[in-house]
Amino acid sequence: MKNPINGLNKVFESRIRLGVMSILMVNEEVNFNELKQMLEVTDGNLATHLLSLEENGYIRVHKGFIGKKTNTTYAVTRAGEKAFGEHIAALEAMIRGVK
Amino acid sequence: MVYLLCSTKCFFMENTKPQQAGSRPEQALEDIRQMMERSSRFISLSGLSGVAAGICALGGSWVAGEMIQSYYGSYNSRGFFTGDDFSRLKIKLIGLALIIFILAFCSSFYFTWRRAKKQGVSLWGPVSKRVFWNMMVPLIAGAGFILGMLRYDEWSFVSSACLLFYGLALINASKYTVTDIRYLGYCQIILGLVNMFFIGYGLYFWAAGFGVLHILYGLIMWKKYEKEAS
Repeated sequence: MKNPINGLNKVFESRIRLGVMSILMVNEEVNFNELKQMLEVTDGNLATHLLSLEENGYIRVHKGFIGKKTNTTYAVTRAGEKAFGEHIAALEAMIRGVK
Repeated sequence: MVYLLCSTKCFFMENTKPQQAGSRPEQALEDIRQMMERSSRFISLSGLSGVAAGICALGGSWVAGEMIQSYYGSYNSRGFFTGDDFSRLKIKLIGLALIIFILAFCSSFYFTWRRAKKQGVSLWGPVSKRVFWNMMVPLIAGAGFILGMLRYDEWSFVSSACLLFYGLALINASKYTVTDIRYLGYCQIILGLVNMFFIGYGLYFWAAGFGVLHILYGLIMWKKYEKEAS
């Protein structure tokens, strides 16, 4: 029998990274401040988590400007969607296994 | 113009509690569901906002009814009327519409603001902006259409147009807020269409749509999502 815990993705262990992914799954593009507001985290904390998601190729970063202010937006990549879907499937499998 | 009055009522429900880090899978799934919902829907719209806007609309229709009646009353007793009297009536009605709009906006804003504060949700976040914008597009189109009709002295379809465009605005905004608001939109549209067959009774239809329906909707929403919380 396959151990359901195998399907869990280490990258999504953090609640903040999980939150970022959840938000990006249902929104086309979200900027840094909006993410910060929704997740209620500090700049530094969020930046670290975003960087690790980016390094894993799960999110795409787009640096733009609104006037002179930088506006960095984030969107989920194909790989990110796939990884997130598998992670949720694994969570569901665990719940079903427990019941 | 008149129908802009009521555009502010609908914002949300659903309790969002801050959560502890979830290591259990149920908790993780719950976090995901909540984040998805919170980031794509504005759920702090209070039912009481609908009730407040409805009361303003009913009060406004009553005052408008009195104004119109006293105008026609004096016309009957004097046996003639002048264009001046009629223009004055129109200006008074438009002024009244503006006052009612401001009252309805402020009172419904207050209840939703209170609810959002309690839930710790920003009232001017990305999601509420999206609701606002999706609502404004049909409303502005409707306002332009109605003003265009008034330019040609076409008053017969004002209340129908108010109800129709407002209904469309609600349905449009429902994608980003409490979905229940869609049913309010359907009812407004049906009422607006029926109104087309009863020209001359616009004020009654207007009062039913913006007054009675809002109050009913608000009470149902409040009972469904807020009663226990308070």
